[in-house]
Amino acid sequence: MVDNSKTIFARPESMTENVTHYCPGCTHGIIHRLVAEALDDLGVRERTVGVAPVGCSVLAYNYFNCDFLEAPHGRAPALATGFKRLRPDMIVFTYQGDGDLASIGGNEILHTANRGEKITTIFVNNAIYGMTGGQMAPTTLPGQVTTTCPSGRNLTDTGYPLRVSELLSTLATPAYIERVSVHTPMHIIRAKKAIRRAFEYQIEGRCFSLVEVLSTCPTNWGMTPSESTKWLNDNMVPFFPLRLFKEPETTA
Amino acid sequence: MAKILMKGNEAIAEAAIKAGCRAYFCYPITPQTEVAEYLAKRMPEVDGVFLQGESEIGVGNMLFGAAATGQRAFSTSSSPGISLMQESISYMAGAQLPVVLVNIMRGGPGLGGILPAQSDYFQSVKGGGHGDYKLLVLAPSTIQESVDLMMLAFHLADKYRNPVLIIGDGMIGQMMEPVEFPENYKEPPLPDKPWALTGASGRKPQIVKSLFLDPLMLEKNSQILNEKYEQMKKDEIRFELYKVNPKNEILITSYGTMARICQTAIDDLEERGISVGLFRPVTLFPFPEQQLFKEATRKNIRAVLTIEMSMAQMHEDVQRVIMGKTPTEFFGRTGGVVPSPEEVIDQIVGLLDKYSGKKNTKRSSSKSKKA
Repeated sequence: MVDNSKTIFARPESMTENVTHYCPGCTHGIIHRLVAEALDDLGVRERTVGVAPVGCSVLAYNYFNCDFLEAPHGRAPALATGFKRLRPDMIVFTYQGDGDLASIGGNEILHTANRGEKITTIFVNNAIYGMTGGQMAPTTLPGQVTTTCPSGRNLTDTGYPLRVSELLSTLATPAYIERVSVHTPMHIIRAKKAIRRAFEYQIEGRCFSLVEVLSTCPTNWGMTPSESTKWLNDNMVPFFPLRLFKEPETTA
Repeated sequence: MAKILMKGNEAIAEAAIKAGCRAYFCYPITPQTEVAEYLAKRMPEVDGVFLQGESEIGVGNMLFGAAATGQRAFSTSSSPGISLMQESISYMAGAQLPVVLVNIMRGGPGLGGILPAQSDYFQSVKGGGHGDYKLLVLAPSTIQESVDLMMLAFHLADKYRNPVLIIGDGMIGQMMEPVEFPENYKEPPLPDKPWALTGASGRKPQIVKSLFLDPLMLEKNSQILNEKYEQMKKDEIRFELYKVNPKNEILITSYGTMARICQTAIDDLEERGISVGLFRPVTLFPFPEQQLFKEATRKNIRAVLTIEMSMAQMHEDVQRVIMGKTPTEFFGRTGGVVPSPEEVIDQIVGLLDKYSGKKNTKRSSSKSKKA
């Protein structure tokens, strides 16, 4: 008998077989997979070092099948800078949440982008602190309820949510910056293209690259997974528009 | 190699190059900025990495990333900057990364001042950052010793997979003295670095981390660190004795350039028939506990006098070690004020009055009266 079966879906080599600790409906797992697929597609797994943040994805190194460094809260871009400067032949990426990158690590990401470090940042924005149990993040939407803004985010007291991709796009240093989402299969396909492109820019030694990925947090948003994807689409996408902000070719 | 006249900060920079270090991260702060200025020119000549970071927080973490490659890397700063690096230092100690740090100390607390001080002793030897960890701490007293200890520091960092800190007061950074760099510098064999992140090619992925959510694993990590510190206590204690002999009435303990000022005072007193010895710790951690106890508790020693450019920090270790077996006294100036030899002499004379029960004013110097 001829075996006509063929594999149409499998675990990327860049992912381990470990079961993730992420909550049901959380999109970290999808984003991990997209990064792993990009590393596989580009054939760079064996020369890649990831830098894990502090937050829900602090244990990312349990799920990626490549070398990893674990950074203090917010400092992943600084670690990535030090590593990449000594090993420009290696591929270095940071994987950071919005509390990590946009709040405590605001200075590190700003200056890493501005120096044009040849690294890739995967910025996962779910508008809340996940690991510590749902506190207000710099990206929390106006009126959004969290444990530290129980009446909803008050713009008079806390300002507006920080739009990181827009902010970093104002820098004169060439970069690739795109915001994507993973709340529908169509968005996942687009996100995969952006993540792959971000790594390509690094492999070519061209520029700093950052992909902001809008992500869900059903547990701390207090919603079901399907309510979460709808909430993301209806509330986050209007405030954090999905688009390409900058690429090195178009930088003035 | 012939001796050359160099400023301390520049000598420290060149010593790192001579020790094979090709990566330096910095943020400007007085009084150590000349290290950065020197290496901005020198690192490119040896195809090394020079990078000015956005803050000492950034710099400490760049060093963290650089050290994970397994290559030698270092940074220098001064007191307030070293405070900002404590986060990364704690992480690097926890993750067992070998790096070298230099603190050219200025007066504190807060923004303090920019003149020489030794007021970061506690921060250096008692932790500095959070968690159960120690740095191996070296304290040079001359520019030549700064060069020698700087080169040794890279070796010790690799030997123990632990951050090594050199602390010098502002004078160490700013003073010029003749120095000699070793020719054909060779180090004893060092262990391999299988922990370095080089890419998971032909091996399983490696992780450099300090997170251990399982309390038994975290305890184990602390035990592994502690075993290294115990080994340092056995093998790495360094100190120097100056004019220590059975005629000594007083034993001074002092480190860094303060110890050199004490030597001048000791020479002066000797001419007047007052015998004083000096015990100078070179490693502040590990502290030369048994050696100091032995010298401090000899029958001829009436009192031990700790002299520092701080408000009695190392003095707490001196008291801890001597355990009341010999009277301990302290003299210090701080805030950037450097005690003069005459002030030291006056302290000694005063102590002899106190502990011999008779006036020693005849033996005090005319110089000291002027001062």
